[in-house]
Amino acid sequence: MIHVTVNGRRYFEEVEPRLLLSDFLRHTLGLTGTHVGCEHGVCGACTVRVDGVSVRSCLMLAVQADGAEVQTVEGLEWGPLQEAFRAHHALQCGFCTPGILLAASDLLDRGGPPTREEIVDLLSGHLCRCTGYEPIVDAIAAAAETR
Amino acid sequence: MKPVAFRYERPESIEEAVALLAEHGDEAKVLAGGQSLVPMLNMRLARPTVIVDVNRLPLGDVARTNGSWHVGATVRQADPRLAEIPLLGQCLPFVGHFVTRNRGTVGGSVAHADAAAELPLALTVLGGSIVTSAGRTIAAEEFFVTHFTTALEPGELLVGTRWPAAQPDTRHAFEEFALRRGDFALCMAAAISGPNGLRVAVGSVVDRPTVIEIDPAHPGASAAEQVEPWGTLHASAGYLRQLVRILVDRAVGRVT
Repeated sequence: MIHVTVNGRRYFEEVEPRLLLSDFLRHTLGLTGTHVGCEHGVCGACTVRVDGVSVRSCLMLAVQADGAEVQTVEGLEWGPLQEAFRAHHALQCGFCTPGILLAASDLLDRGGPPTREEIVDLLSGHLCRCTGYEPIVDAIAAAAETR
Repeated sequence: MKPVAFRYERPESIEEAVALLAEHGDEAKVLAGGQSLVPMLNMRLARPTVIVDVNRLPLGDVARTNGSWHVGATVRQADPRLAEIPLLGQCLPFVGHFVTRNRGTVGGSVAHADAAAELPLALTVLGGSIVTSAGRTIAAEEFFVTHFTTALEPGELLVGTRWPAAQPDTRHAFEEFALRRGDFALCMAAAISGPNGLRVAVGSVVDRPTVIEIDPAHPGASAAEQVEPWGTLHASAGYLRQLVRILVDRAVGRVT
């Protein structure tokens, strides 16, 4: 049995050790905003925050989140980041968006505004097949400025 | 892509972890950050029957003692304390991505011993060492045996790594070429120049991080002559040798 807090709500669930955190969120809890792409840590679609730190939920076992606080896109308060994504057309199909929002929110919470180079480096870990990345870089940079 | 079923153990002490590893032998795998192991579990390239999760062991320290830094096995690659360690700070941005470095550990990368991993190369060229639960301190040059193979004995756990601290008048350089940012390197080179001379090592094109003697007049060319890269889907042996030549020249050029 694991105790885990997801988006402020406490859960007490029995999980098989091999269950990935991504599948726990999607299938056990029904939080399908966390997307699953490659399941080996390359695409970034499943990125969530565990105790504030952005991690790949496909590379963590649900049992490892025992006692932790998890934040998914459903629990990300609407704010300048999402507004900037809309204003800069930083998404089309939206598959990669939840993971990028969670990683970017982690980056932005670490202090001063990131450089464009730091944003590009962050996005090297997130595959987007629609927008061509530039609008996403613009959106994160714009969100950093409004903070 | 889901892992096979396994038993999950989460020891709270090193003694308990070592006892589990001794009991289960080859059937057990150590889970640290999981950024290499969990992909292998998901793809079922690894099918352990027991997973020993070391994340709750007291191995998160970074401490400076007697001219070297001790880095506990579960210190994350994103840990800002690592920036002070020569060369390590330079090569960490090449290790995976922002998000995977948040979870991936220094000790896990070293114990995994992927020939294309940056941290084993950095530890080797620096002349660092590995500290184990059996009380052994193993020089990096002896620790890495070949692909995914180290000098760790069955039932022995890597508890930390030792990194030489900065020395006066010593310069460090790390160079890497990968097809995509954060992807496995096709070739890596590292160089250190100081009062003790020049030390160069290459990685990815060899089965383990390898220190090579170079001709200071022709660093890259002399390094390229000493490696026998195997060609891959992405790069022929000749192309890889050319990368050795260029990256060694760049690394040596930056420190001399």
